[in-house]
Amino acid sequence: MQKLLQVKELRTSFFTYAGEVKAVRGVDFDVHRGEAVGFVGESGCGKSVTMLSVMDILDDVGKIVGGSILFEGVELTALSEKKMQAIRGNQISMIFQDPMTSLNPVYTVGNQMVEHQVRHSKIARSEARRRAIDMLELVGLPQPEERIRQYPHEFSGGMRQRAMIAMALVTGPKLLIADEPTTALDVTIQAQILEVMKDVRKELNTSIILITHDLGVVASLCDRVNVMYGGKIVESAQAMELYRHPGHPYTVGLLQSVPNPAKKSKERLVPIEGQPPDLLKPPEGCPFAPRCPHTMRICQQKMPPAFPSGEGHSVACWLPLKQKEEAHDA
Amino acid sequence: MLENTLPLLEITKLKKYFPMKHKLFSKKRSFLQAVDGIDLRIERGETVGLVGESGCGKTTAGRTVIRLYDPTQGKILFDGKDIAGLSQKQMLPFRRKMQMIFQDPYASLDPRFLVKDIVSEGMVPSLSRGEKLEKVKFLLSKVGLNSEHANRFPHEFSGGQRQRIGIARALAVEPEFIVCDEPISALDVSIQAQVVNMLQDLQHDFGLTYLFIAHDISMVKYISNRIAVMYLGKIVEIAPSDEVYTHPLHPYSQALLSAVPIPDPGEAQKAMRIVLEGDVPSPIDVPEGCRFRTRCSHAMDVCARQTPELKEVESGHYVACFLTDEDTHPR
Repeated sequence: MQKLLQVKELRTSFFTYAGEVKAVRGVDFDVHRGEAVGFVGESGCGKSVTMLSVMDILDDVGKIVGGSILFEGVELTALSEKKMQAIRGNQISMIFQDPMTSLNPVYTVGNQMVEHQVRHSKIARSEARRRAIDMLELVGLPQPEERIRQYPHEFSGGMRQRAMIAMALVTGPKLLIADEPTTALDVTIQAQILEVMKDVRKELNTSIILITHDLGVVASLCDRVNVMYGGKIVESAQAMELYRHPGHPYTVGLLQSVPNPAKKSKERLVPIEGQPPDLLKPPEGCPFAPRCPHTMRICQQKMPPAFPSGEGHSVACWLPLKQKEEAHDA
Repeated sequence: MLENTLPLLEITKLKKYFPMKHKLFSKKRSFLQAVDGIDLRIERGETVGLVGESGCGKTTAGRTVIRLYDPTQGKILFDGKDIAGLSQKQMLPFRRKMQMIFQDPYASLDPRFLVKDIVSEGMVPSLSRGEKLEKVKFLLSKVGLNSEHANRFPHEFSGGQRQRIGIARALAVEPEFIVCDEPISALDVSIQAQVVNMLQDLQHDFGLTYLFIAHDISMVKYISNRIAVMYLGKIVEIAPSDEVYTHPLHPYSQALLSAVPIPDPGEAQKAMRIVLEGDVPSPIDVPEGCRFRTRCSHAMDVCARQTPELKEVESGHYVACFLTDEDTHPR
């Protein structure tokens, strides 16, 4: 598989009145063609900011302070705004958690979809309209010919998110970034949207980056998972490997703090005690050290690099693998 | 003391309608039928989970049960006494026996009050200031905060800590029954487990009874003894939580449970997912007969004509569906 997106040592900060908030503190990851990659972590861990940096849509106080973002070999951080506009929404699309605030309430859904295409390529409006209808059909919106004439408020939450996905895909992007696309939806609707995203991936071979805090959602869609904590990727592995052999104590903690409904016995949940770190004053060592049950002296002094641990699996933790397994068994 | 065998709460045919705005020149008054005749018994010390999609009426049900809303019709027996028709004044002695924990820990605490004032506001006036403060400190320690936190304002706390303050406030009047309305859905995954474990410990320590409203079914299954599934203002299935999970009988419960994502890629690929088509109909204009029939893959003629009643099909397992109804559809 070819690398589509390559992010290296990315650092993003927000310069606020209270000081510099180091939201992303050196993140490396790749996305291959046709791959679905999940980003998991708690709110404030930097997963959304990483993607906003890739799209270059940080707000005024946010700035990329270091690192590189290569998309098909092109360095995005060096591009002018004009050139970036040709990529954003065309080559890379993004959908957000709340579909109501992402759609313009005063234009019909069809109008917005046509406008979006005309802006990015030389295409007749009638052709753009036809494509919009095809795309709405692909995402499973019933009666797309009629729906295209309606306004966003006439759609339900699930339908709006379908329309957002259709709009994001209508220009044929190579990468779709979905930031918590199902968090605002009910489980039954969430299942529908996840099915749509699976179909889309199969039909169009679009790479997907899925940001979520729900380990269940990631399991149903993604090939590979990156776990983020305190502005860093602490573990990266194939999905199956991550759930079966989690290496980082934070990943282990996350998996233990959600009840697995398939299990019959009621084991008591094991919460992760304490609070996530304050990124105004990021810790010098491992960000998870204050909450980690296996913390050692080195954890407080030095951030561990990503150690390889099996194929395609890397863990940023000082604790040697063997010892960790013993600790889990105990 | 004699063991009290009455259920703590028994609601029968409870309805709550909200009147809709009059359309100009329209003679017809329309109502939003948020809760349309539900029956539920909650035993002492039990946790009953109430699940369903947004808009199904679960929050309205919870609020009506503790008389934050006045019921339109029906009975609410609390400790054997019907509280559905009581005046505000007559309600007062009952108010302190029932409390509520809200979803949004940011909106449910007054930003201008100190934590000690928030927690002590509901305590009986006969306590002296010192006694109240002692009690506040005790409650804060019970919810995993320390006594220094009493002199701080809500904005100084994180979401999980605020939810703990909300729980301490609910406990301050020594209630018997607490309605937990989505108490963890605004919190991060690792914090959710902290709060759920704490709720279980408090239930054990204070002998509390919970009505746990949530849409996260795996968490509800974990904390509840029994689960009631709601759809469009009606309870469609009630059963012990393992039973609902392993052996759901109503087609809606089956679809709802199959939609829950499993945090394990191996299991997730094996799992059969029943994807429901379409959306929930409007509660202003509900379908005749069974409310779920518009999305149900098993819908029959009878479903459009009659409304299925909640019937016990196995011991402790109640379902409102013609498929499991022996009279209309013998198995």
